[in-house]
Amino acid sequence: MTQSPSRRAAALRILGGVALLAGGALWPWQAAQAQFRVEIAGVGATQIPIAIGTFRDEARVPQPVSRIIKADLERSGLFRILDASADRLDDSSRPPLPDWRGKGADALLAGSATPLVDGRFDVRYQLWDVLKGQGSGIVSMVVPAADLRQAAHRIADDIYQRLTGDMGVFSTRIAYVSKAGARHTLVVADADGEGAQAPLTISQPIISPAWSPDGQRLAYVSFEGGKPVVVVQDVSTGRRRVVAGFKGSNSAPAWSPDGRQLAVTLSRDGGSQLYLIGADGQGLQRVTQSASIDTEAAWSPDGRTLYFVSDRGGAPQIYTVPASGGQPRRVTFQGSYNISPAISPDGRYMAYISQVDAGYRLHLMELATGKVTPLTDTRDDESPSFAPNSKLIIYATRAQGRDVLMTTSLDGRIKARLATTQADVREPVWGPHVQPPRR
Amino acid sequence: MNFSRTLFVSAVSAAVLTLAGCGSSVKLDDQAGSGAAPITSATPGADANAASSSNVASVVVPDQNAAADASGLTRVIYFDFDSFVVKSEFAGAIDGHAKRLNAAKAKKVIIEGHTDERGGREYNLALGQKRAEAVQKSLTLLGVSGEQIEAVSFGEERAAAQGSGEAVWAQNRRAEIKDR
Repeated sequence: MTQSPSRRAAALRILGGVALLAGGALWPWQAAQAQFRVEIAGVGATQIPIAIGTFRDEARVPQPVSRIIKADLERSGLFRILDASADRLDDSSRPPLPDWRGKGADALLAGSATPLVDGRFDVRYQLWDVLKGQGSGIVSMVVPAADLRQAAHRIADDIYQRLTGDMGVFSTRIAYVSKAGARHTLVVADADGEGAQAPLTISQPIISPAWSPDGQRLAYVSFEGGKPVVVVQDVSTGRRRVVAGFKGSNSAPAWSPDGRQLAVTLSRDGGSQLYLIGADGQGLQRVTQSASIDTEAAWSPDGRTLYFVSDRGGAPQIYTVPASGGQPRRVTFQGSYNISPAISPDGRYMAYISQVDAGYRLHLMELATGKVTPLTDTRDDESPSFAPNSKLIIYATRAQGRDVLMTTSLDGRIKARLATTQADVREPVWGPHVQPPRR
Repeated sequence: MNFSRTLFVSAVSAAVLTLAGCGSSVKLDDQAGSGAAPITSATPGADANAASSSNVASVVVPDQNAAADASGLTRVIYFDFDSFVVKSEFAGAIDGHAKRLNAAKAKKVIIEGHTDERGGREYNLALGQKRAEAVQKSLTLLGVSGEQIEAVSFGEERAAAQGSGEAVWAQNRRAEIKDR
């Protein structure tokens, strides 16, 4: 049975009304003092010492470029920052490398930021290998004021990549839900929590946001029509459509890696079962056939397998099933309640929530071996999501009576907390790596 | 699509749908939505909202009459922990609703299932759905047509009572029958 035309039309009329309230596009939203605090546990964590100085003329541009870069690298827990400001270097300087070798630096970053006649800014930098005495060459980024933070994050990504070999994620975005009383807001922010914008604010709950693989759209579950429906919203234009609004409940959207389909949980045929549907709302396909609850689908990176939660064994555990349908296979065997699977983009790990002593704790499973490690010692963990470089997990937890967002390294040793004073924050999802726009 | 008229209609429909969702039972989230005191946090008495914490507690006290409409029909059905069985104490209410719906085949209801706050959001959405469908089944077994009923879930997202502990959780494990 397809959605009845009158019901779908009703859903679209509701969205029209809400779009009026939402303004239809992004607008700046005042996030009070969003900041990360880093906690690094364990002795002997090796950190790369890097000397970074204030960029020449940085005071003349609207954003503190070198401070953003320092904060990014510090937050990763992998770098020890030395201050090179006293040397007054810029991107074309030849730095006193033997001095810095003596001070224990492995690398040195110097740069400049110049306002241009047309109102844009030329941000330049050079990264030096202190031990080899070699410079990377000068890189220049010409950006408008609105993109200065992003430029700083891209520089931090470049440094991270050159020095660790892994892709940086400082220039990525996150989305999450913020709740203040009856008001629910879907928030999009930079990975450092700054630059928060609110594509959607409604007086009904929003749950389960999910980034499309190209980073342009967010799917989520909205209760604005008095029941849960799956909505897809274009982040930059604000355009929304109901992708799944069938009879009963519609929830748990998960984008296929090619961005063409969503796995969803529907009760249209009774119970909660997994289906696939086109991102345009067409082409419904049922995946699971059981009398139990099957929900929370998560795709393998090759798009062939769905991980999902089922209580067919009595209590919720995580299973896999071919995306084209077939026999499910159980994956979790430790603990009596396992939910919320998230698969790393490199396909090697599954993060999930396991009930431990009446609390709910983030765990990591190495998929090749089945080995399981707890990543936290908190009791109210929810909704894990991997960074696009597969090295970090963002999740929600509770601290001092408030819902907060945390990131953790895969060994659990480097944790950073995003604390906002305004509202309870939950359901974080890490956006994909996107290429910088060509200008 | 004719946007300006449609948007006006939709703003009105959105308002109408919000109000239609009230039903006749006194619900804290409806009060919060109309601009009254914000929902307090889960640490009662810990802050300056201590006075509104105790207001919340008094509304929590179970009172089936508050959950009934003008016809005296109970509209909220409560469930035991980890249970999706409609208890015998609600058989009379189910019977009353079935009679009412069988007498008027054009009448429709929506059944909203809810859970307490413990556990994951999406799994709780599915558990709430089980509760709504249990009530739906009780009605269809008494002859009500499936076309007259839609079973949906709010999971843990629309708590009737805020806070933690069994007294609060028991208030939230429920299904609500609302006229459309």
